[in-house]
Amino acid sequence: MANSMKMRAKMDGDVVDVKVLIQHPMHTGMIKDKKTDKLIPAHFINMVTATLNGKTVVEAQWGGGIAKNPFLGFRIKGGKSGDKIAVNAVDNLGTTYDGEVVVA
Amino acid sequence: MKRILTLIVAGLLFGCAHNDPAEDRTGPEADRLELISHYKEMLPDTKFEDYRYGALALNPDAKAQYDEIMDFPPYAIDLDKGQKMWETAFKNGKTFASCFPNSGNNVAGNYPMFDNKANRVVTFENAINNCLKANGEAELKYADKEIGLLTAYARSLSDGMKVNVKVEGAAALAAYEKGKAYYATRNGQLNFSCKSCHVQNAGKFIRMDQLSMMVGQASHWPEFRGGTKITTLQGRFKQCEKNVRAKPKDANSEEYNNLEYYITYMSNGLPMQTPVFRK
Repeated sequence: MANSMKMRAKMDGDVVDVKVLIQHPMHTGMIKDKKTDKLIPAHFINMVTATLNGKTVVEAQWGGGIAKNPFLGFRIKGGKSGDKIAVNAVDNLGTTYDGEVVVA
Repeated sequence: MKRILTLIVAGLLFGCAHNDPAEDRTGPEADRLELISHYKEMLPDTKFEDYRYGALALNPDAKAQYDEIMDFPPYAIDLDKGQKMWETAFKNGKTFASCFPNSGNNVAGNYPMFDNKANRVVTFENAINNCLKANGEAELKYADKEIGLLTAYARSLSDGMKVNVKVEGAAALAAYEKGKAYYATRNGQLNFSCKSCHVQNAGKFIRMDQLSMMVGQASHWPEFRGGTKITTLQGRFKQCEKNVRAKPKDANSEEYNNLEYYITYMSNGLPMQTPVFRK
């Protein structure tokens, strides 16, 4: 799903400032659908990995406590303009979401 | 002595009347200039171009936060949906771009405009629905999420265009005057008019928030309140009326369309920016 992730990375002094927006419903599995009165099955991202030129720099375990369409921001030391940052997210149903950006 | 004074006063009066023809002292353009000079007096530190930021222009901290958010807006994904709607062809193969001059680029600033044939104000949302109707598609519900996302994208094609609403002809002027009267009419349990807050008390605090000035209120709709909740201008009218404990009118009602006409005219000359973040 190429369109489900928005990314931006730019240099801020000597660190890389990365911002990621992931489109995801993030259902906790504990909320009822108002119309059908049935629980909405859990559907949330539980693993996020970010790499800088292929080397893992961020690894995050998420859960149902994170809001819909999550925003992730982090700063990496040792990057430079032109580096490639890739973010990969996996949800509890096994769907993966990928995004890639070049540091501006 | 007294006679001389009277003569001088009479001369002054006559001179004024002569230099300032009556049509310059009434009418929309005079209203707009008067309002701007009112705000200049009230908020001397705020520049005209900054009026489009509303209350943010009065609070550098909030403006800095706003700039940070607009740098990477949380609604970017939602805006893609609007773009998809705009670009998706109708059943007859045409798209929204076919309904507007210049494929919809730099046109939104001309709305709302007065349609002399239909004898009513036509908002940009009306134009969108007219387009759907002309192409045999179902119309969208006003002040709703879908039309919000669609117009958020469609109006973004006019970013940077100056708001350019025209009031021409007697019927148009009547609609404008109705909108102006509605703006000044006290309403609801709290008995406020739009004017009591946004003209007479602009810049002052109402609980934790500063009141925005009317000039520049209409140049950036729809906006994403809280980052993701799309709100159209008429949707915001409804919220405002609810806040003063009045019964809101329906979106696309004659009152709201006239009000939108009047308010947007007051933002004439300010650059459009759509969509924007507001808290």
